Amino acid sequence: MNLRIVHALLSRYIFLYTRSPVRLVEMVFWPVVDMLVWGFLTVYLRQSTSGEFPHFISFLLGAMILWDILFRAQQGVAISFLEDVWTRNLLNIFVAPVRTCEYLTATFAVGVLRICVTAVALVLIGWLAYSFNVFVMRWWLIPFFLNLMLFGWSLGIISTALILRWGQAAESLAWAVPFFIQPVVAVFYPVSVLPAWLQPIALALPATHIFEGMRSVMQTGTMSWAPLLWAFALNLVYLAVAGGFFVWILNYTRQRGLLTKFSTQ
Amino acid sequence: MPDTDHRETLLEAVELTRKFDGVTALDRFSFKLRRGEILGLLGANGAGKTTAMNCLLGLTLPTSGQIFAFGQALHAHRIAILQRSNFSSSYVSLPGNLKVWQNLLVFARIYGVREPKKKIAELLDMLEVAHLRERVTGQLSAGEGTRVNLCKAFLNEPELLMLDEPTASLDPDIADKVRKVVRRVQRERAIGILYTSHNMKDIEEVCDRVIFLHKGRIVAEGTPEEIVKRSTEHSLENVFIKIARSGDLEDINGKEPAAP
Repeated sequence: MNLRIVHALLSRYIFLYTRSPVRLVEMVFWPVVDMLVWGFLTVYLRQSTSGEFPHFISFLLGAMILWDILFRAQQGVAISFLEDVWTRNLLNIFVAPVRTCEYLTATFAVGVLRICVTAVALVLIGWLAYSFNVFVMRWWLIPFFLNLMLFGWSLGIISTALILRWGQAAESLAWAVPFFIQPVVAVFYPVSVLPAWLQPIALALPATHIFEGMRSVMQTGTMSWAPLLWAFALNLVYLAVAGGFFVWILNYTRQRGLLTKFSTQ
Repeated sequence: MPDTDHRETLLEAVELTRKFDGVTALDRFSFKLRRGEILGLLGANGAGKTTAMNCLLGLTLPTSGQIFAFGQALHAHRIAILQRSNFSSSYVSLPGNLKVWQNLLVFARIYGVREPKKKIAELLDMLEVAHLRERVTGQLSAGEGTRVNLCKAFLNEPELLMLDEPTASLDPDIADKVRKVVRRVQRERAIGILYTSHNMKDIEEVCDRVIFLHKGRIVAEGTPEEIVKRSTEHSLENVFIKIARSGDLEDINGKEPAAP
């Protein structure tokens, strides 16, 4: 891994974002809209159910912010790749001395930057509009954040591999892939709500342990380390599998001669 | 015939074959590109030039055969080889939403160019596009874009350069300037260049040696003058047309009368 090359690729994305402030708006606009809708909904529910859901507003807004960390990490990888597809730059990258791991690391870094921008906006709105303090999760927030980011990267790599295989026709997967798993990872409700047969599948996904942990911390102020360790171990497995899948697809596209289609699409 | 050329072989393809769904796009294609040589790869559309170029760049894997650059196998030493090579094509653009200097700086950093800003300024001057430095790449004309692409291709002072139709879409004046720059750089630095073009004037002026491909196979090889001499045609352009239509090496060896 050559960090000079990672820095070079990252500088390309930074040039892109600083030249086009509309991209920054996109990073903030949808999360803020979601936050406002969910926030007002929870306020309404709290008012009309005479305090039956003491933690409801916190659960929903906390879940909303944490979900966005996962989503933005995934987007950082997938959209960075698509930027190269849209600008027909992919072949220039593939014929330059850039290793796959360097390319992916640069997209991970873009994911971190995107998360920072989005998280600041959401935390501020949650605090100002709904008096929701995300730091109620205290130091637990750090492992939550890291685990969701790792899982977002895995999903981003998988989305990118699928686009690499099927071309721009599969572009919508860049946005759709996280939502395939959203109903299962128990973002807004506990795993126990899911049908019994679906629960083992949910627990096989690292994000589920994080959202369960978040609810536990918000309710009791603490949580067991076991779910965090599970999430971390699962993340390592998912990252390895996603990386292997990407390399396999990249070799497949080279074998089939599909890589060159990105210069003409 | 024994190989009497003792210059270093920069790029070598050995029995390269590429099939797509049973169709053979490249058929036992072998050649050597020496240091300080410009080798033209010619052929009609669909002859196999692009497939050959894609295989040589590592974008497409050959069905069989091997590629060596700087004496190393491409499949095993891809990154080291690409660090010493570069590529430019009229059909592959730099990101249109960045300024020219930003695009060049990104690639200069990828290649680890020392004093990148100075190098970029030198190359922009050499290709007479210094005034485009602050322009957004997507707003350049085709000719301007091609010259900026060439700046990118020269950034790392490559020892091996692959140019895919570098003068396509250029007016005769700019095409002439580009040819002169390519020739000059090749002479000054003794680099090896693989050059594809449909413009036979380009080829005659720039290439030391050419390979004609037809249906993925080499049907003629030699200097442009040798090939014209061996055929019954009066120009390389006529040889090109003849090969494109008949695809038969025998035809250019004098068995068919030349058109008046």
